[in-house]
Amino acid sequence: MMSAALDSFAPSIAHLRTIATPVTEYRVLPFGVDEIDSRLGAGGLRAGALHEATAQSAALVDDAATTLFLAGIAAREAANTGGPVLWASCRADLYAPALEQAGLASANVIYAQSQDDAALLAVIEDAVRDGTPSAIIAEASKVAMVATRRLQLVAAEADMPVLLLRRRRGRDQDPFSEPSAAWTRWRIGSAPSARLDVAGVGRARWSVELARQRGGASFSLIVEGSDETGRLAVPAELGHRAAETAGTARYAAA
Amino acid sequence: MRPPERPSLQLPIDDDPGACSVPRGGGWRPGAKWARSSAQSREEVEAQIASLPVHAQPPMRELGRRSEAASHPYKAPTLAPRVIAPAAAPVQHAPVALVGKVGRREEVVAACTGAQALGIHPGMAATHARALVSDLDFRPAEPDADAALLDRLALLAVRRWSPIAAVTPPDGLWIDLAGCDHLHGGEERFCRRLVAFCRRAGFTARVAVADTPGAAHALARFGKGDLIRVGPHGTADALAPLPLAALRLAPTALAAARKFGFDRIADLLPVARGPLARRLGLPAITRLDQALGGVPEPITPRDDPEVPAAERRLLEPIGTAEAIEQVMGDLLRDLAVVLQAKGLGARSLRLTCLRVDGTEQLVAVGTSRPTREVSHLLRLLKLRIERIDPGMGIEQFMLVAPHTEPLDAVDLGAVLAGETLVRDPSRLVDVIAGRIGVRSVFRIAPVESHVPERAVAHSDPNEVPGNWPAWQRPIRLFAHPEPLHRVLALMPDQPPRRFEWRGKTYKVVAGDGPERVHGEWWRRDAEVWAVRDYYRVEDETGGRFWVFRRGDGFEDDTGDLSWWMHGVFG
Repeated sequence: MMSAALDSFAPSIAHLRTIATPVTEYRVLPFGVDEIDSRLGAGGLRAGALHEATAQSAALVDDAATTLFLAGIAAREAANTGGPVLWASCRADLYAPALEQAGLASANVIYAQSQDDAALLAVIEDAVRDGTPSAIIAEASKVAMVATRRLQLVAAEADMPVLLLRRRRGRDQDPFSEPSAAWTRWRIGSAPSARLDVAGVGRARWSVELARQRGGASFSLIVEGSDETGRLAVPAELGHRAAETAGTARYAAA
Repeated sequence: MRPPERPSLQLPIDDDPGACSVPRGGGWRPGAKWARSSAQSREEVEAQIASLPVHAQPPMRELGRRSEAASHPYKAPTLAPRVIAPAAAPVQHAPVALVGKVGRREEVVAACTGAQALGIHPGMAATHARALVSDLDFRPAEPDADAALLDRLALLAVRRWSPIAAVTPPDGLWIDLAGCDHLHGGEERFCRRLVAFCRRAGFTARVAVADTPGAAHALARFGKGDLIRVGPHGTADALAPLPLAALRLAPTALAAARKFGFDRIADLLPVARGPLARRLGLPAITRLDQALGGVPEPITPRDDPEVPAAERRLLEPIGTAEAIEQVMGDLLRDLAVVLQAKGLGARSLRLTCLRVDGTEQLVAVGTSRPTREVSHLLRLLKLRIERIDPGMGIEQFMLVAPHTEPLDAVDLGAVLAGETLVRDPSRLVDVIAGRIGVRSVFRIAPVESHVPERAVAHSDPNEVPGNWPAWQRPIRLFAHPEPLHRVLALMPDQPPRRFEWRGKTYKVVAGDGPERVHGEWWRRDAEVWAVRDYYRVEDETGGRFWVFRRGDGFEDDTGDLSWWMHGVFG
């Protein structure tokens, strides 16, 4: 009796499995940093998904760090798949030479500058359905829950990462207070970098906080900013690094 | 420049009995001027004079009114302005003259009748004309635009009137009417319709019909009247009174002809060909023979590239978006077949929807690369459905591709061997451009400039731009640098220690620099000595800024040593 009931359920369970895609069945974009990848659900960001990031504070420097964080992810994806990255925004203050230094050469980026967020979301959706870009980065402030769900669905269908930079509408407004269907939500801010032994500015450090992820816990971490291929790094232990730096300096002096 | 020649008037005799040689009451003398029946009446001559432009009207004295004082024989006579009745055709616009460059001087190249009445004539120096009539509407002549317009007119002639029609620069059209005139109701009717068409379009047209293109060309420009028809075998007689310039001769040949006393075409006709060719050159003889029909002169017609088009007429008028989309798909499939047969791809599409009430709805899409892919074009057209107002229903659709480019098979390379194709972004670009406009999709290309805000420029999204030099640059660059206050910095080349920006104080813990950017002296005078020293600084919370100081700290010319924020690093 029991087994008969189970048998009748068996196809529907298989059906349910196909709907709730198992963790291992989708393509992932690893960061290449064990400390982050091990804490993400499937060993990296899901490729066909919507990922949101916002600045930790209203300061422009945090906004810049968030921009570079997303640019790094897109740069690595573009290097893998060979397609252009679509950068959709309503503003024009992005400086392309710096994007090139984050791994997104001018040959790899197509910009779309729309009048308002509604047109921007329509453009993103069209672009995802088109399937040409390897990744899409969008800067928007007003994104409703329904819009994020639509984006998540089309992104999953096209297996294309959609990276949404949520901008603050007001000084004290937190974009993550609104609900969203995004797969992961990140909060990025700048952190003091390691002092060099010589005068000058070292590699940037960011405080990366994963505020929410599906199928995983949130965490926060200090990482070193993306290099020219868009890769992050985890800073070495302070004492260890200091010793290393001192060693090289000594050799150089000798 | 020689002023235009004054038309010769047949002057009336003076009615004044004291001035006349024959007393009024006297007997009749055969041959007396006043007794000629063919003489024009005073009214006729007055009307003739009034119809002339002001500057061409003869002075009073020339008309024989001796009651006025004679002009001084040595001083230049001043033209007395004569009050005339308004011209028969009322002038709807201010007098216009076109000014263009002829050789190395600015000349009036064309003047309307109103301007000619004010004494402006083609060939006059532009400054002279401006001095004469200060408030005349002077506009620059656009020969290229004129030529383009004439070309369009020729295309229209090819499509509507005769398959053989060509432009005769700079101002004429040849239309071969042989075998076509009956389609337009005969030569006479066709000419009148042509003149009426040109009047409606805003042109003044002169039409001549003759046996040869050369004769028609000459008569249309130098003949009497706006509409001249020369019957078969009447060419030589019609051409005889025309000046030699009508034969399209070279200026040297014209000068030679003037020297030898040849004034009109009639003078050339009886002269033996051999000596004539030695005097005027062989091309002049060829031109004469072409005009008379001795030498053929074929017209090379303006070719009319056939525009690919597809059309659907519906049994019932439709109005829903789904139905329109269905028709769009059908039309695109039809058009794709036409395009493929010709090896073309569409760069733009125009869909005309004819509504039941007789009006048209027009939508158009453009693509950045030639394509005939139905699904892609349908997606672009679907974006335009919301702009179609079906009204009571649409019963006919026409899809044309006004702009096409060759599209052939594409080399796939070694795809089977695993080589991946570079994804063509043109479809994506089309989709986005259809949504937010062509100017809103772009790539950013490097410009060779060290000034940061000038180093980037928007470029074509389908072209792959180059790279920038690897200097450290901020991810967000302000369009206008923002001033910093209370800056503490060691001169001349140390980054600031602290500064105030947007009302907040920042304490700098590390800095790189300076990176010196010199002004671009070839752009502006103000930049000849200008210097910016850029520093990358980090504050105690890890924020990185790109600040610069105007001036190098030694020379006053290089800047006022003020500090500015130009961008933020991530």
